[in-house]
Amino acid sequence: MLFFHTVTRHYGVANFTLMVPSITWWVITTIVGLLRVNGQVTVKKQRPVNLDLSTISMPATAKASILHRISGVALFFALSFVIWAWSESLSSPQGFEFVKSLFTGFIAKFIAWGAVIALLYHLVAGVRHLLMDMGRFEELGSGNASAKFVIALWVVLAVLAGVWIW
Amino acid sequence: MVVNQASLKRDGVQDFVSLRATALVLASYALFILGYFLTTPTVTFEAWQGLFSNLAVKVYTLAALVCMMVHTRIGLWQVLTDYVKNAKLRAILGFFLNLMAFAYVAVGFFVLWSV
Repeated sequence: MLFFHTVTRHYGVANFTLMVPSITWWVITTIVGLLRVNGQVTVKKQRPVNLDLSTISMPATAKASILHRISGVALFFALSFVIWAWSESLSSPQGFEFVKSLFTGFIAKFIAWGAVIALLYHLVAGVRHLLMDMGRFEELGSGNASAKFVIALWVVLAVLAGVWIW
Repeated sequence: MVVNQASLKRDGVQDFVSLRATALVLASYALFILGYFLTTPTVTFEAWQGLFSNLAVKVYTLAALVCMMVHTRIGLWQVLTDYVKNAKLRAILGFFLNLMAFAYVAVGFFVLWSV
């Protein structure tokens, strides 16, 4: 009863004659709305749409955010390798040796490195999120600076993880 | 209250808190395992099995796996709602991803049981 409220608020009294223009407007907009739903009246708003990611500027905060999502999804799928290797390595001494022997090859090392760096990014960016919950890094300057710091720290940690694994 | 518990309705506040609470457990577990590898020069089968035969480590590992399921349920839902616009496809993908997360927990449970 929005129109009723509007009329009483503006004129002070719920006078029916004063409500007539309001009711008329409500009836017209409702009918137009129904027609639109049925597709009989189509008023397309020509809004510019740009979904080309290569032309959209990505500030550090946006990069930090999308990397958090990518690393999270990657980590979820990487877990299938991690849990398999963990299960196999605990099954028997032979299983343990088998997993250990796999880590002499490039593919296992690369998967392990990928899982570790996904975890490291998700962890570091997650800590930034928790700090943001506490009201830190919420301004443009500090937000950008902390996002850049998180990405830079991750690159350093990723290199260290690579050195550690190889 | 009864209606709230009986329905499958999502609660934004509960999602927000659950995501962060599970994140703390997962972060601490990740640091624990990282610490184990960094402080153990050569991980032998006996040492590795010894670690996971410890009851406290079993409980911690299972807690981390359950937290992973809750965390990914919320996180993957957030990603899916943003990028998969088709409701049916989104529901199907969500179903299989949640099933996958449950499988991780189940495998973890049986591995811990057998160690």
